Amino acid sequence: MNAISKLTATDAPLLSVRGIGKRFGNRMACRDVSFDLWPGEVLAIVGESGAGKTTLLRNLCGDQVPDEGHVLFARRDGSISDVYAIPEPERRILMRTDWGIIHQNPRDGLRYGVSAGANVGERLMAVGARNYADIRRTAASWLQRLEIDVARMDELPIAFSGGMQQRLQIARNLVTQPRLVFMDEPTGGLDVSVQAKLLDLLRSLVGELGLAAIIVTHDLAVARLLADRLMVMQGGRAVELGLTDQVLDDPQHPYTQLLVSSVLQI
Amino acid sequence: MTAGYNFAYLDEQTKRMIRRAILKAVAIPGYQVPFGSREMPLPYGWGTGGIQVTASIIGSHDVLKVIDQGADDTTNAVSIRRFFANTAGVETTTRTTDATIIQTRHRIPETPLHADQIIVFQVPIPEPLRWLEPRESETRQMHAYADYAVMHVKLYEDIARYGHIATTYDYPVIVNGRYLMRPSPIPKFDNPKMDMNPALMLFGAGREKRIYAVPPYTSVKSLDFEDHPFTIESWDTSCALCGATDAFLDEVITDDRGGKMFVCSDSDHCAERSVKNHKDGQEKAA
Repeated sequence: MNAISKLTATDAPLLSVRGIGKRFGNRMACRDVSFDLWPGEVLAIVGESGAGKTTLLRNLCGDQVPDEGHVLFARRDGSISDVYAIPEPERRILMRTDWGIIHQNPRDGLRYGVSAGANVGERLMAVGARNYADIRRTAASWLQRLEIDVARMDELPIAFSGGMQQRLQIARNLVTQPRLVFMDEPTGGLDVSVQAKLLDLLRSLVGELGLAAIIVTHDLAVARLLADRLMVMQGGRAVELGLTDQVLDDPQHPYTQLLVSSVLQI
Repeated sequence: MTAGYNFAYLDEQTKRMIRRAILKAVAIPGYQVPFGSREMPLPYGWGTGGIQVTASIIGSHDVLKVIDQGADDTTNAVSIRRFFANTAGVETTTRTTDATIIQTRHRIPETPLHADQIIVFQVPIPEPLRWLEPRESETRQMHAYADYAVMHVKLYEDIARYGHIATTYDYPVIVNGRYLMRPSPIPKFDNPKMDMNPALMLFGAGREKRIYAVPPYTSVKSLDFEDHPFTIESWDTSCALCGATDAFLDEVITDDRGGKMFVCSDSDHCAERSVKNHKDGQEKAA
């Protein structure tokens, strides 16, 4: 697939995950997960409920501190940082400049007390933008890109439909032009036609901006559409990792075979 | 005068504890220092934090002035002034220049303060980030990392809704280029007075159990945007009593037919100006 053509021999991985494990009490929610993500690549993590997908994502994106393992990230200046070894202020800056985090429920990712424009502008102000007109202009252009009517930028998010709120959340994350976006079920809770539009938009944005993304989903169709590579999780472990088409068309692990054969073919 | 009470009401150990908190607050300008706030003989919201700070710093030679909304003759000011006259036996005054300690609610006097004075603010809610971030654990981290972007989100929202920064009191400031601070509910008119002020400024929040401070000659900057700079209130009229054009004016309704007048909120400032105007008038006539 196109992931291959994007890679060159000199490319270093953007994100290197090594032996990540997270324990809740004496239960391992995910264990020994390792993979590399290259710049511009989209990786989907699929598996049934309770497989540890969301836990893994939260332990990658700085939301939760893993009990085991390392997450290494290649910064813009070329240096490699261990995400959980750098001081927290630095990690916070990293999370709001180089990273984006898109939650399944827009309620977790938006401020409902302030307008759509303020929601998009927050990250700009966090990195030091202090010119109102500039912030507003940038926010408006991102709302436009996410197909939200600019005339509605002073409305509260609550006035928006579910699909619009999700697009607003994406605009809010992309405004600082991150290089890596974490998405947890970005299309969950939306009806199919809105899902399709959002997926279309996500696919074109990822392509245009050269974003790398890690998408957690239980919807294999989403993975097929968006992802270059696919990781299948079961019981907290990564049981299969490969190119999306390869994994879906020729599943090797028994659980992947079960997963693929469970999808209704219409 | 002080019969039945320890000097200035609080016991000596409590005053020592509060003084330690004040020293720490002065050492870290704008940082909120927790302290063991005591029950006081008046309800929360009436200035229990300010009273405890005043009680711990006041000495028998101090001269105390207490103002509420700029005035010396309002209920809160009168009762707190009498409280210290009774429990500490100190001299009280209404003249800003004569006072060594000024306890205040909602205003900084118009007369510039000097280096021998301490001004004590009564603070209802010390945390500037509280309405934007309800978790105390998170706001403490935000202070620790100087992570104050949400405050600008609030100002952005003001401009988006009203066309200008509509926050008029308790206007957020950055102290000494580091800590975000609520200046207590003073009008933003008074914010510039805090910058590089020669007097020590102490802030006490009794219910929230926090003390913070701005030491003398410390920079205090009001937050703003490059294209929407910080501005203070202005009036089209002057004080109806003393004619002041550069003071903070209160609107006073005088009848039920729309009659109103604007007068200085700082009663001492207004009275002194009126006396001076009167004298000047007499000299001219003579």
